[in-house]
Amino acid sequence: MSDATAVKVREIRALIARHKRWDVIFGIIGVLSLMIGVLTFVALFLDMVIDGAPRLTWDFFTNFPSRKPNQAGILSAWVGTTMVMIVTICAAVPLGVGAGVYLEEYAPRNWMTDLIEINVTNLAGVPSIVYGLLALGLFIYEFGLGQSVLTAGLTLALLILPVIIVATREAIRSIPAAIREGSYALGATKWQTAAHHIIPYSLPGILTGVIIGLARAIGETAPIITVGALTFIAFLPPAPVQAEPPFVSFEWLMSGFTVMPIQMFNWTSRPEAAFQLNAAAAGVVLLVMTLSMNALAIYIRYRLRKNIKW
Amino acid sequence: MIKLKHFKMLGAVATVAAGLGGFSAAALAQTVKIDGSSTVYPISEAVAEDFQKAKKGKVRVTVGISGTGGGFKKFCRGETDISDASRPILEKEMKACAKAGIRYVELPVAYDALTVVINPKNTWIKELKVEDLKKMWEPSAQGKVTNWKQVNQAWPDRGLKLFGPGADSGTFDYFTDAINGKEKASRGDYTASEDDNVLVQGVARDVGAIGYFGLAYYVENKDKLKAVPILNKGASKAVMPSLETVMDGSYQPLARPIFIYVSEKAMTRPEVKEFVEYYLTHGAQLSKEVGYVPLGKQHYDLAMKNFKAKKLGTGFGGKAEVGVKLDDLLQREAKL
Repeated sequence: MSDATAVKVREIRALIARHKRWDVIFGIIGVLSLMIGVLTFVALFLDMVIDGAPRLTWDFFTNFPSRKPNQAGILSAWVGTTMVMIVTICAAVPLGVGAGVYLEEYAPRNWMTDLIEINVTNLAGVPSIVYGLLALGLFIYEFGLGQSVLTAGLTLALLILPVIIVATREAIRSIPAAIREGSYALGATKWQTAAHHIIPYSLPGILTGVIIGLARAIGETAPIITVGALTFIAFLPPAPVQAEPPFVSFEWLMSGFTVMPIQMFNWTSRPEAAFQLNAAAAGVVLLVMTLSMNALAIYIRYRLRKNIKW
Repeated sequence: MIKLKHFKMLGAVATVAAGLGGFSAAALAQTVKIDGSSTVYPISEAVAEDFQKAKKGKVRVTVGISGTGGGFKKFCRGETDISDASRPILEKEMKACAKAGIRYVELPVAYDALTVVINPKNTWIKELKVEDLKKMWEPSAQGKVTNWKQVNQAWPDRGLKLFGPGADSGTFDYFTDAINGKEKASRGDYTASEDDNVLVQGVARDVGAIGYFGLAYYVENKDKLKAVPILNKGASKAVMPSLETVMDGSYQPLARPIFIYVSEKAMTRPEVKEFVEYYLTHGAQLSKEVGYVPLGKQHYDLAMKNFKAKKLGTGFGGKAEVGVKLDDLLQREAKL
């Protein structure tokens, strides 16, 4: 081996070592950045669990709000949140997916579509209180839907629509063009292509959008207060399933309600320290509700992905 | 399979839409609707809770928090039966109600005593004159009065940290009116929070701090805070806020009555009438339980008399008032 080659080899080794060093350094920076987020969350969550754990009894879930902290519960709040979320999902998912599919598959490429696209993206950043005010004027005063579960659900649906539309479009774009072209080549119409290929294949991506949207909606307080959520409500809306015909009732949609974040906020602003513990316990419950909703969506997404073969 | 799911979803939406048609008739019977001030809320909540239990769930009561102003807006549109108010109804709200044909009875239900608090380690303050408070809080003090020494030469050279509720709060309105002589006239450079617990924390952490909020928050945090006796203009002795001094009227000018307004139309419904009567008979005990100062028995009796006689209107004539005497107020000519 000549000297010149030895020098070259050494240089290359040094270069590799330097690059590897950077690799490690960036890895450490990455872990640190991740830890800041994760540790903050874990610390907050543990603090909340430690405060709230003693209050997490069966009674806490089955009692209505009360002036006595140790008798107060979240029954009306968690039932309210659940019902509002159901309305939100039923309204936002079909509308959002429909709009997304239209924009990607049907809409002509012109300035009008561009304008709509820009607006949809911008809507995702509008403060939630604006949606509350819009809903107050539109759903309550114009449509006369009242201060009801339905109004709140539709308001939150508006709030998360942009998120779902954007997610739908992203998901559709990730489908290889060959699939669409193959479908058209076989003579399928736009609707057939969308219904048989585009929507099924983009469902996992759409679900991700739905998860993000719902996680945002479940914690919202401002627009819900604006549309007139109650704070003290010690009865449940009429059950959706009835014992006598016609067995199904939609009265619950028009009922007054409260939601978890409002109940928590009310408790944190009370003078008695015991109410702070209730708020912490309610926080834990809200978090578990969000996580289980997400877990369900992730499971469905996993199942759907397994079925996609191309 | 996926397609099928999709249709199910569409089906659900269609059923929801179809269900909507049949709602209008299904108005919930026997519900008493209350909305308004967050200050009055704990009392209304307590009364609602007990009343529902006493009626064994036959009557439903809902209480919302929209703030006194927001509550009156709903009330004057006829959306609520009773409005919680931490201040009397104002002229523009009276006009809105009159325009909509909503008439009402004004009933005091308890006192809210604003308490001036300092850090327990503060050794130089034994009492405060209303004038001292004005020096600290008046609008012209903004950016200038930042040291205790500037308020009184005898006090130490220490930073003055102010804590108080935000400008949307009725507590703020009343304090500024009582101390600075004009509603909402306050310096702006103080730590403001709508959450009184934040104010409690702030004053508890800083020796040079002073703040004000409702008596209940002081009572619950006595170990972290010190309340200051207040010397009213023309009074000979400083008075410490307490159940007794508020009830006998000696704690002035920072004690105020808080109200409920009952709509005349709603009063004709037996459940509303019963609820208000329950409120006035049990108000003393329940307001005490949630940290407020009850009115004297004679005041509840007078209020009950006014309610039964349907004495419509407000005794304030559309203006807030500092240091009002309840005996006098309840017998005043009421205006709509």
